[in-house]
Amino acid sequence: MRQDGQLAVGLVQMDPALGDRARNLERHRQWVRQATETGVELLVFPELSLTGYFLKDLVAESAIPLDGAVMSELRALSKNLDVVLGGVIEDPDHRYFNASLYFSGGELVHVHRKVYLPTYGMFDEHRYFAAGDRFRSFKTGFGRAGMLVCEDIWHLSSAYVLSLEGVDMIICPSSSPGRGITTDERLGTAESYGLLCRTYAQFLTTFFLYCNRVGYEDGANFWGGSMVIGPNGDIIAQQEDADEALVLANLDLGDVRRERLANPLLRDERVELTINELRRVWHERTRKPY
Amino acid sequence: MSVPASLTEPIFPPLRINPELVRGILVGFIRNEVRKVGFERVVLGLSGGVDSSLVATLATEALGADNVLALIMPYKTSDPKSRGDALQVVQQLGIHHLEIEISPQIDAYFARFPDADQKRRGNKMARERMSILYDQSWGWRALVIGTSNKTELLLGYGTIYGDMASAINPIGDLYKTQVWQLADAVGVPTSIVQKAPSADLWAGQSDETELGFQYRMIDQLLYYLVDRRYSVEELTRIGFDKTFIEDIVRRVRDNQYKRRLPVIAKLSSRTIDRDFRYPRDWGH
Repeated sequence: MRQDGQLAVGLVQMDPALGDRARNLERHRQWVRQATETGVELLVFPELSLTGYFLKDLVAESAIPLDGAVMSELRALSKNLDVVLGGVIEDPDHRYFNASLYFSGGELVHVHRKVYLPTYGMFDEHRYFAAGDRFRSFKTGFGRAGMLVCEDIWHLSSAYVLSLEGVDMIICPSSSPGRGITTDERLGTAESYGLLCRTYAQFLTTFFLYCNRVGYEDGANFWGGSMVIGPNGDIIAQQEDADEALVLANLDLGDVRRERLANPLLRDERVELTINELRRVWHERTRKPY
Repeated sequence: MSVPASLTEPIFPPLRINPELVRGILVGFIRNEVRKVGFERVVLGLSGGVDSSLVATLATEALGADNVLALIMPYKTSDPKSRGDALQVVQQLGIHHLEIEISPQIDAYFARFPDADQKRRGNKMARERMSILYDQSWGWRALVIGTSNKTELLLGYGTIYGDMASAINPIGDLYKTQVWQLADAVGVPTSIVQKAPSADLWAGQSDETELGFQYRMIDQLLYYLVDRRYSVEELTRIGFDKTFIEDIVRRVRDNQYKRRLPVIAKLSSRTIDRDFRYPRDWGH
């Protein structure tokens, strides 16, 4: 961590090419170069930034194993700064995961396999992907972090678990298609995500980094709107439009401690009570005869 | 002829749009979907109606006037005012245009089938225009941009492989009521936005007379039925007429085939579109 407790964050609000991993990797290298020159220390790419989102049967052919030549190239992106990027991971048992990967110092530090795969309406993820089975935080040079991919944050429990692990920041790479046209200035989706991100940041007193992609795939638009929220719920940086951009923010990491002194929500959280009540609810649910 | 209620009556609140937001998304859509597959230009059939005038306007903003070609393709019974309206849009936008009358080929064909009814003739005209659009798209290195709106697509009020054919369609998720709002906001001439919607296959034809209901009523019903997934019982409860509901529901169901690829007899383990599933924007 830097002496002054500051962290320069960059969110790459980019438009990946659908199913063209080589081209996307080259674009990652360009963004990394640009971010490095700007002094960014933690650079976040959107969900499935290496492949694009609506892959359908391209999932298998876009996948990479956690070891091998491609992974070496990805690790190399993080020589000078920490990098979070999204891709399709193929496990040795040939299950494919929508995953978010954290690299630092030329090494893979953590992998989060998306747990909640939206399979309704315009989404069909569970047809192509296996679901992750855990929410785990990990140590970085800037404190403890956790990653949640897009739909994961539509489930309160995912951020709650990370919070109890004591995270200083939640990183959420996303490929959220815009929809919901009313007379409002923004799409319905943008309103919802704004509300979610600020709520999590404030109630869990943590930094929240939301990086959403832009562009179009098969007619669906991705609305961008990437944002960095402080542990008091304030917006530190936000890209208002749906253009490609490197969104920069400077985090004062001491804000987490100060916020938790002012609002000791985490200290007062009754974890055991919650576990007991959940156990009771689960017991009652599973005891039903039909 | 009924006075069209495009902008003269209050709009059903759930179908009100922020035109600037929608315009930005659709202009970006055209630019992105055209350019990433290696094109710069689009060609469209410009009837002088509000749908094609809106698409021409959006395409011009997205790609520049020099990259938009409007084809005006009247039949001899088309209302001459439609041609005038189309030319006004061409002039206002400064886009390229070609006038190709389709009467000779239509008449030559139906000389052999003189008993053909109006609907059959109308469908043939729509497909003749499609054929010309795709030919010009090849000659001009352009994509055909579609002009069917959500109301028409849901009701099947269009000709399959005719006016429903295109490479990309920017307005297929906008109801007619929303098309009017957007068209007005982006500067489509008021006379075009306000005039009675017509397929213009013969003089005096009116969509709303043919459909038997006003677009503003149809759109309200479709909003509850399609977007909000109200059941027929719920629709009746909130005041829609039973006959009206049944007619619209039947149209949506009976025309489903027009919105899909032809049914393929399944034999292998990977059949196109059933279990061979790739995105349209594959590699882009």
